[in-house]
Amino acid sequence: MTYFIVKRLAIGLLTIWGVVTAVFIVVRLAPGDQATVALGPDATAADIEALRHTLGLDRPLLLQYFSYLGDVVRFDFGESYRFGRPAMDQVIERFPATVQLTLAATVIAIVAGLILGVVAGKKPGSALDRAVSTVALGLQALPPFWVGIMFILIFALQLQVLPSAGGGSLANLVLPAVTLSIPFTALVARMTRSGVAETMSEAFVQTARSKGLTEAQVLTGHVVKNSLIPVVTVVGLQVGTLLGGAVIIETVFAWPGLGSLLVSAVGNRDYAVVQAATVLIALCVIVLNLAADMVNAKLDPRIRLEARR
Amino acid sequence: MTDQYSSTAAAPAAGDAAPAPGAPLLRVEDLEVVLPSGATPGVVIDKVSFVVDAGRTTGLIGESGSGKTMSAMSIVGLLPPEAETAGRVTWRSEDLLTAAAHRLRQVRGREIGVIFQDPLAALNPIQTIGRQIGEILRRGGMSRRQVRARVLELLDRVGIPDPDDRIDVYPHEMSGGMRQRVMIAMALAGEPQLIIADEPTTALDVTTQARILRLLADLREQEHMAMLLVSHDLRVMAHVADDVVVMYAGRVAERGPAREVLEHPRHPYTRALANNVPAVSTKSAIAEPLQGAPANPFDRPTGCAFHPRCPMARDRCRIEVPVLREVERGRFSACHYATELAS
Repeated sequence: MTYFIVKRLAIGLLTIWGVVTAVFIVVRLAPGDQATVALGPDATAADIEALRHTLGLDRPLLLQYFSYLGDVVRFDFGESYRFGRPAMDQVIERFPATVQLTLAATVIAIVAGLILGVVAGKKPGSALDRAVSTVALGLQALPPFWVGIMFILIFALQLQVLPSAGGGSLANLVLPAVTLSIPFTALVARMTRSGVAETMSEAFVQTARSKGLTEAQVLTGHVVKNSLIPVVTVVGLQVGTLLGGAVIIETVFAWPGLGSLLVSAVGNRDYAVVQAATVLIALCVIVLNLAADMVNAKLDPRIRLEARR
Repeated sequence: MTDQYSSTAAAPAAGDAAPAPGAPLLRVEDLEVVLPSGATPGVVIDKVSFVVDAGRTTGLIGESGSGKTMSAMSIVGLLPPEAETAGRVTWRSEDLLTAAAHRLRQVRGREIGVIFQDPLAALNPIQTIGRQIGEILRRGGMSRRQVRARVLELLDRVGIPDPDDRIDVYPHEMSGGMRQRVMIAMALAGEPQLIIADEPTTALDVTTQARILRLLADLREQEHMAMLLVSHDLRVMAHVADDVVVMYAGRVAERGPAREVLEHPRHPYTRALANNVPAVSTKSAIAEPLQGAPANPFDRPTGCAFHPRCPMARDRCRIEVPVLREVERGRFSACHYATELAS
């Protein structure tokens, strides 16, 4: 198990390096740099050149890359040129709100998705199964920003039961969390459904029945846990995606999280903030995947066996 | 027999005493199983009747698709949900085919235990074997400690060495033979009076097969159980069965005492099977060298289902479905010309 974790951490470090490099390149590929955006369209070429020099943007790209890499290793992501503060500080300040939103959406998705998936998968082909599968597919196809806007129209403007924007209270959390959870719920439901449906046809399920267990006992005792491995993997991946994907939803609901910070930082070519935020999200994704693998190893002794090798 | 019974810890107060050895324990009469498959429903089991006597082993033999497994599973109601049944399965004077679901669950495991063909597939891969063997006991209200003690006893009973070390391992950590012993221990846990063993040795290698058969025969004897053994393997039957039921295309071709049926068949199908038993050294003992393909119960030939492969087939066989009749004391055959086979 230790070897397994060390190996996964090494792969994680490589992944971070890849992310850092990719972000560095992509940010610089975008037209216009910090200096032009910061000074606006009226700036003279000399002014821009001067600022570029101060920011170090006139150095060769490779040199910039290596000094940047060196900083990252020391967990120094530089200063936001707009706010004059360390970029990582700003990112970490916004992080809890995003984590809160993501966590709430994840809990909704796991609870609702598991229930729907088990109900549908225990009798493949039944009316209930077809209904759940169709609805799940439909929900997965709905664009979340549209759902968000609809929610605001219905619950905030028409019914006036929930606030449409802002953060801080539980009421504020409901709409964005539900919006964010919808495609995730659908995904978890579909994964669980196919896992349960597949497990139901396994011989050991018949064995469980031959012991005189009720169908509910067969499901809880022998089917659900055996169907969870792909679900756990997907949840691990998906929570990471949610962290980054909350961007749009945060914008729709004016949620004071990482997403809105990231969007404005990209617009302003605030390289330091963009890089700090991306690396933090990447780090979370890697940790979550590792966590998912460890949960699976806990679930299935055969995975433990592989992990030991 | 009463003394020995009381020694096996508190057999569930069955009320009525167990039937004397030799008396019918389970009676299957005119069993029919219909599977709706597409447009035409298939009568996969067609009027099958047989008896399992207390304290004896009855073998169900036939090629794959002959309906032997399905006949056995319909006793405990473990059929695909879309299957429809008719006839009677009489177990302690009640009909299990029409029994309520909760009554059927009481029967399963505690009165009739099942051993499945492929122990690797039939065991839950993510539960320790101890947990799986003890499940029925735990759900029956035994304490954790009692369950563990009983499971260790059962593991020892089925010949698993060092039960203390084995109780907490997972199925994939054991050999095929050991896994089948675990299956057997699991079936024994509820102290059933009848064990249905569905191809219990098919997934095992030859030497292990012999050991498992020995174990099953011994346990059946010592625990005063009856056994319904499902197999395509004639050698297995010759070893352990007291009575055999030969099935073909969802019907009974012949039944009677094992030795007599196998040595002096009264049905051309049994005779063909008996003549085609492969040498002991080969792994598979299926009656595959038999001419022609087994009849498909969904598309059964007219008349006697065996007629297209039968060396004795005459015109009558193509038209008239033969009825299973007593051709000799205790011997039943569904061949129009059973008497001709006597010589």
